[in-house]
Amino acid sequence: MSTAGIDTAWDNPLRDARDRRLPRIAGPSGLVIFGVTGDLSRKKLMPAVYDLANRGLLPPGFSLVGFARRDWEDQDFAQVVHDAVREHARTPFREEVWQQLAEGMRFIPGDFDDDTAFKQLRDAVEELDHSRGTGGNFAFYLSVPPKFFPKVVEQLKKHGLANAPDGSWRRGVIEKPFGHDLSSAQELNAIVHDVFEPDQVFRIDHYLGKETVQNILALRFANQMFEPIWNRSYVDHVQITMAEDIGIGGRAGYYDGIGSARDVIQNHLLQLMALTAMEEPASFDAASLLAEKLKVFKAVKLPEDLGRHTVRAQYAGAWQGGEKVRGYLEEDGIDPSSTTDTYAAVRLNVDNRRWAGVPFYLRTGKRLGRRVTEIAVVFQRAPHSPFDSTATEELGANAIVIRVQPDEGVTVRFGSKVPGTSMEIRDVTMDFAYGESFTESSPEAYERLILDVLLGDANLFPRHQEVEESWRILDPIEEYWARHGRPAQYASGSWGPEEADEMLAQDGRSWRRP
Amino acid sequence: MKIDLTDTTASKINKALVQGRRAIGTPAVGMVLTMVIVTDEENAYDSIKAAEEASHEHPSRTLVVIKRHARTPRERTQSRLDAEVRVGSEAGTGETVILRTYGEVSEHADSVVLPLLLPDAPVVVWWPVDAPQHPVKDPLGALAQRRITDMYAVERPLQALEARVKSYAPGDTDLAWTRLTPWRSMLAAALDQARTPIVSAAVESEADNPSAELLARWLEARLNVSVARVETAGPVVTAVRLGTDNGEVVIDRPEGPLATLSLPGQPSRTLALKVRPTSELIAEELRRLDADEMYAIALRGEGTKETPSHV
Repeated sequence: MSTAGIDTAWDNPLRDARDRRLPRIAGPSGLVIFGVTGDLSRKKLMPAVYDLANRGLLPPGFSLVGFARRDWEDQDFAQVVHDAVREHARTPFREEVWQQLAEGMRFIPGDFDDDTAFKQLRDAVEELDHSRGTGGNFAFYLSVPPKFFPKVVEQLKKHGLANAPDGSWRRGVIEKPFGHDLSSAQELNAIVHDVFEPDQVFRIDHYLGKETVQNILALRFANQMFEPIWNRSYVDHVQITMAEDIGIGGRAGYYDGIGSARDVIQNHLLQLMALTAMEEPASFDAASLLAEKLKVFKAVKLPEDLGRHTVRAQYAGAWQGGEKVRGYLEEDGIDPSSTTDTYAAVRLNVDNRRWAGVPFYLRTGKRLGRRVTEIAVVFQRAPHSPFDSTATEELGANAIVIRVQPDEGVTVRFGSKVPGTSMEIRDVTMDFAYGESFTESSPEAYERLILDVLLGDANLFPRHQEVEESWRILDPIEEYWARHGRPAQYASGSWGPEEADEMLAQDGRSWRRP
Repeated sequence: MKIDLTDTTASKINKALVQGRRAIGTPAVGMVLTMVIVTDEENAYDSIKAAEEASHEHPSRTLVVIKRHARTPRERTQSRLDAEVRVGSEAGTGETVILRTYGEVSEHADSVVLPLLLPDAPVVVWWPVDAPQHPVKDPLGALAQRRITDMYAVERPLQALEARVKSYAPGDTDLAWTRLTPWRSMLAAALDQARTPIVSAAVESEADNPSAELLARWLEARLNVSVARVETAGPVVTAVRLGTDNGEVVIDRPEGPLATLSLPGQPSRTLALKVRPTSELIAEELRRLDADEMYAIALRGEGTKETPSHV
């Protein structure tokens, strides 16, 4: 955990490790959001800030500064936040919480290359230190397209906003995409690190803020019954799926040329894979987690024949869930000859003692059957069956499925006798559900992540080394695809192209229907 | 769905629970604890409602024990147990069994509750009113890991507080303490910012407020200063003042949910400090089921140098 800038000499007598009712409240601080008018900001960030305040997790005097190209006064900005909160916040709207928050809202109108605007921002930050006691601690959230990153961080540097005064901190928060290949990622990291210290840069992968994802570690390392079988002796293979039922919507400009593998596999799926495959970390601090995740990434080996073990595809027009939808190539703003993938499946091997010979199948796609993200650890069949083959005809392989979204929980799949006089064994499932029950008041991923940024807790944020290692894994696949053939087509609303089924069939396996 | 059982037993209730679950098609639910509410008919409705709301965060089996008093002497000699089993949408995210005891069985409610506890899961007992003098020695209290009382629901709260001090056992907790969490976290956050030793302290509240007394004792224990108790018109706790060498740290909530925080040398700021509904208090209680050591420390005011010098 990074505690840079926090004076550890002061031992608050009101805090005590035994007093576990007292929540982790962020220290005096403020959040500056660039691109505050964007969708993410309105639907996720502002509601998350409000929810945090409502749960009493923000410090007194917390301030929110918006920066965007709008001709707004502070009040106009407050109104926009108000509307966003009303519409999207998870906790009930309360006037008193709103008032507490609204007093600390500022808006800076301007372009990213507008020096006056950044001077104004600097003044606003200093003014907040005086009027709200933010203590010089500010996080700068870059909710802007990556092409603006260099400009914004350069401006922050130029106007001295990235330099933390003594005893305080300045942090940079960035969203994916973290580049589109290894070299662009390195370039981006260099730009950002030139301005912020590497351990003060927080990369948001909102999947890592989800309860279920954090629960992977609890499931594996707080229990005795899973870890002994979590290896090549018992596991046959692992399937990690992230399916969306929507198309690209209005994001043609961003999506075309990037594709699903870069958009999803490089960050979310590889992170989920690392958490599933990694060894037990020495402790749960950011450095130990990073060390273990990096070991997994470095042990990943690509199949030799990428043509046989990877598949990319595009959705074709079809009926999906009772609705007729267009194919990818017919979407507005997409070049009809585009080779961008909207579906990608790859097989990866993790070459270490625990996982040698156990393939990890990663797949993601748009316009698939339904929206679901899950990790399925599929076990080998029992080595010997005392039952005759007719009794076990309907028995599949045992599996532990970690359901990441939407119905968060864990499913265990195993065989059980069908009631009746004959011995017949069939698959049944045992469910643990965070259900709608637990999640109702559990924090949204962005809440947790914003709070962690303000606390300086980097556990749930991928570090630049992880980003670069992930690109090292994906780059050869993208290069292969660029040189060979065209994406396959799959009907919208299906579970992917036939080629993907063949890819597993040749290994003697099949995809789960999630 | 709802199943009514008249003149029944625990094993019949267990059967009804299984039957109810089968009927609604969810054979098992991930319930994490059993909540036993011991109350009278008057407070049952509100308590069950609060528990059901809290069960959205902590799916649980709720057993409500209501001791009934028969009207005629003849009925009083008869012992009877009636039950109302609710599963599915009528019971929050878990199951609720309302047990009404008449006559002698009222003295042996634990014999009804014990077979109905979820296997292995922790047990919490909550007395919205009429908590026993010695919760851990109460037959129902003895079944539980966590015993929740409420000093707001008694005639003389400060006397009740002294009784709680004497009878404290690990696992005891009181909603008067739970109500303080927002105050305490804001005070801790204020000291995170003030970063100076505290030399004096005062808690302002309405008369006879048990939360204010607990807050004062907690501050005494943690800060090693004597804490003045100042009486105001209320409602509940209205202000806390912590003196430092440079000035006062004050959280002032004269009325309504909006408080003001003042720190020496810093602008004053508004804080939302609202009074929370019972369901939220219960949900907070259920978040951790181990002994609340800080409550014990606050109850006893441990670490105090001497008794408060004035008012």
